[in-house]
Amino acid sequence: MRALALSRVAIYLVLIAFALYFLMPIYVLVVTGLKPFSDVSFIDMWHPPRSLYLGSFATAWPLVSANFWNSFRITVPAALISSLIGSMNGYIFAKWRFRYSNLLFMLVLFGIFLPYQGILIPLVQILQKVGLYGSIPGLIFVHCVFGMPITALIFRSYFATVPDEMVDAAKIDGAGFFGIYRWIMLPLSMPAFAVALIWQFTTIWNDFLLGVVVLSNPALAPITVAVNNLAGSFFVQWNVQMAGAVIAAAPTIAVYLLLGRLFMRGLLAGALKG
Amino acid sequence: MPASVPDSTRARAQAGGGAIPAPVAARRAPWSWLRNDNFWAIAVLSPSLVAVAIFIYAFILWTIYISLVGWNDIVPNYEFVGLRNFQRLSQNPRYLIDLANTAKFTVLFMAQCIGFGFLLAVLLDQRIKGESIFRTIYIFPFAISAIVTGVAWRWLMYPNSGINLLFDSVGLGILKNSWFADPNIGIMAVSIPAAWQMTGYTMALYLAGLRGISQELREAAKIDGASGWQFYRYIAVPLVTPVTLTVFVILGVISLRLFDLTAAMTSSGPAFADDTPAFFMFQATFQKNNFSQGASIAVTMLILAAGLIIPYLRSIHLEAQR
Amino acid sequence: MSVQTRGSSSSYLFAARMDRRRFLRMALGTAGLAAVGATVGFSPAPSRGAAPAAEGGKLEIFSWWTAPGEVEALNALYDLYKQQNPGVEIINAALAGGTGAGGNMKAVLQTRMLAGQPPDSFQVHLGHELIDSHVKAGRMEPIDDIYASLGLNDVFPKGLLDNSSYDGHQWSVPVNIHRSNILWYNTKIFNDNGLTPPATWDDYFAIAEKLKAKGIVMAALGESSPGETGHYFETVLQSVLGADAYKGLWTGATAWTDSRITDALNIMKRILDYANPDYLSVAWGDVAEMVVKGTAATQIDGDWRNGYYKGKQFSDYSWVPVPGTKGIYSALADSFGLPKGAPDRDNAIAWVKLCGTREGQDAFNPLKGSIPARTDAGQSPNYDDYQKQAMQDFKTNTIVPSVVHGFAAKESWVTDYVNAMNAFATNRDVAATQNALVQAAADAGVGS
Repeated sequence: MRALALSRVAIYLVLIAFALYFLMPIYVLVVTGLKPFSDVSFIDMWHPPRSLYLGSFATAWPLVSANFWNSFRITVPAALISSLIGSMNGYIFAKWRFRYSNLLFMLVLFGIFLPYQGILIPLVQILQKVGLYGSIPGLIFVHCVFGMPITALIFRSYFATVPDEMVDAAKIDGAGFFGIYRWIMLPLSMPAFAVALIWQFTTIWNDFLLGVVVLSNPALAPITVAVNNLAGSFFVQWNVQMAGAVIAAAPTIAVYLLLGRLFMRGLLAGALKG
Repeated sequence: MPASVPDSTRARAQAGGGAIPAPVAARRAPWSWLRNDNFWAIAVLSPSLVAVAIFIYAFILWTIYISLVGWNDIVPNYEFVGLRNFQRLSQNPRYLIDLANTAKFTVLFMAQCIGFGFLLAVLLDQRIKGESIFRTIYIFPFAISAIVTGVAWRWLMYPNSGINLLFDSVGLGILKNSWFADPNIGIMAVSIPAAWQMTGYTMALYLAGLRGISQELREAAKIDGASGWQFYRYIAVPLVTPVTLTVFVILGVISLRLFDLTAAMTSSGPAFADDTPAFFMFQATFQKNNFSQGASIAVTMLILAAGLIIPYLRSIHLEAQR
Repeated sequence: MSVQTRGSSSSYLFAARMDRRRFLRMALGTAGLAAVGATVGFSPAPSRGAAPAAEGGKLEIFSWWTAPGEVEALNALYDLYKQQNPGVEIINAALAGGTGAGGNMKAVLQTRMLAGQPPDSFQVHLGHELIDSHVKAGRMEPIDDIYASLGLNDVFPKGLLDNSSYDGHQWSVPVNIHRSNILWYNTKIFNDNGLTPPATWDDYFAIAEKLKAKGIVMAALGESSPGETGHYFETVLQSVLGADAYKGLWTGATAWTDSRITDALNIMKRILDYANPDYLSVAWGDVAEMVVKGTAATQIDGDWRNGYYKGKQFSDYSWVPVPGTKGIYSALADSFGLPKGAPDRDNAIAWVKLCGTREGQDAFNPLKGSIPARTDAGQSPNYDDYQKQAMQDFKTNTIVPSVVHGFAAKESWVTDYVNAMNAFATNRDVAATQNALVQAAADAGVGS
């Protein structure tokens, strides 16, 4: 009995130690953001701020606020649309085996590996040709295209766990392609949506390279660009930059907190299980 | 089941597996192909396929084409040079360092994510009080951008403060080092913030996998006298192999494309100790105007990615055939 | 692993006939949502410093000036422009990351230029950075007529004009001049120890030894990313080779195999011995505070450091030219040119002209901490002591181009150069580094 209690204690100790490890950098970020520039220094990074100084946040916010809302305008539609498209495609790949469907799925999956830095030039050229360059809808479109392979993967893995018998039963009752999606897949897919939405929201919100290349007008740029711009060429006002980083991280953390439970259910039910 | 359904269909439905058979087309009604479900499947999929064909595969082809010409200056030059860029790359010391860096990084990164991720999943599987709090704390670094992570860890790895200071304060002064600024350690230090970001996500995947192991199986193991440790080692680990495969793919993608994190911490580091192929490609293309060199690096990255994804795809393919 | 099943199969029969319509409704609904999102995205977002768009058109200026000091200077130019060109909407497309190996701004600029989407004008270092990145690719318009209309050939020093023209034409108008060969020093440390600023390298190292005994670092250096060692070294090269031989390095007249380069590398090696030991861990921008805090006595850096010290309310500092470079003005200039296909060409031309006028330069430079490129500007009382002295030097000294900042060599060469010096800072191998520098010159197509 004592051995059991000891091992429980050990388990909690390990868990708490890891929790501290994961929180450590956040502590440095937040604490530096709460200091005035004069107090910021590498040597003192662990010292808590002398007082709750909100000036750094006050300086950072006006510099990033427009971009903060831009990021919402970009990320919310892009995450929703790419998840929706992924759900349909995942459904097709999971339940409709037409000729070459597996090959097509593998080709789509390979798209996840594309290094963005290598294809910026043709990307801009094509966007320019179709008139989407420099606009937020253009960036949303780009994110949807590049996000589709992974959302399709998530939904395919998830829908693969839906027993084929269920689908067959629906077919027998006369449901066709859309019916099966609407009446079987969609109602069950909320946890998978949580997984896909969290991944897409996080990836798109934190994207820098595509945002900065597709949107040249700083009035439209996402918040990652604005936070990057808080850095100067020859020195950095660290307190302002850290405050900006905290502001930039807040929405993704909030999304995760809100959808977290659903997210775990989605993983439990097999999204990304492979 | 309606009597008009042919026997073959009936038999297949009863067997319960495999593809959904297309409904028998009524040749009488016009536009009947619109009711053909396979048509709709392909129709709905097509826009995505077209987009992927253009934005991914056409771009890949463009990259391959550029890697085979001699465009290494600001003035475009499309003279075909065959595999010369690749040959030069294989002799380029910076590129060889990059490949070694990628290998070192990938091993350490995956080891930390999978090792710690699985460990934490096992621990959280023990019916812990406050499990959701711990889970939230472990996963949320994933929500932070790579650039911000790089900046925070650049601070933490400052040799005269940061983690080294913590080491000193608990008597582990012997562990102090220069982290990413040490040419011998370099990118291996960068694997720490990368793993810090992804361990929680890996843990979540493993936890889901573990939770999926049915209660009966656990009880059966207990009855058979397996200790906790034996249960995990001999039963759980094999059962979560699909998770491990998925994790390999996701983490592999991150390893191969590593750019934001190193750029934020140290760009290429001391004597390229922190350099990555993606960063080299970025510099070659945009700072040195060596477009063909950049394209050839991109092609090699894609080949490495293909090597990573093929085992995964084979497993899917095999599963699909079952 | 099973999924919760809901509903019974009979409900499907009821829904079967409706499913396509429902799907269409759902699709339309989503499309509607997306359209709403897109329209919201379309709605005009406030741009900084915008005048009503209407008749005047736009002016998109692309730069990397996002830091305090830089932003104010740029805004001063914008204000002047708006006074002279009312009705033009100015889009300040500033993006951090123009200097050093990070290079975000330059990557985006490169992408836009290659894809045929140039801004109306962009900040670029005068000299080879512009010429080899954009002029040779045929993407810039020559602006000899702007030079002629403003009489710039008479007010820019000949040294500047020679180093910046190409193919017999001028391609950009420098709005400022920065100097890179400055030794900044903490006057309190020097006074406390009875030191005088060094004029030769021997003086420098004597001071370094003295301070080392007291635990004070001589040279502040931050080399976590390639850059500052290259900056230090270009000044060492200038001191060892003198103006003409130094210029010859970048034209092929001076060989990189020259024994004087070896000497220069050895001097650099000694400087590294007296630099802060953690220099591989810290960035260029972060070590500047060492001189302010008194942990380092000196830093060789450009005159943008001046603005930094003032921003930190630090006044115990002074400066001399880097030992051995008295009479040499190692210059770099920020300039603006006219890209081909600029969307608002007339507005762009007006901007480029403004950058070359006395009013423009006198509005910009006091805030930026640099000096005007025009020798007849600089009379405004807003310039501080350093700037006044620098303007004097600019008129009298020999002007040589800085390499780290894009004047002397094209960007690929600069990249190779700073990478080679970064390797040197790591392994201190003189022979290998000299070879790397020789190779860099060969790769750039200069020298043998």
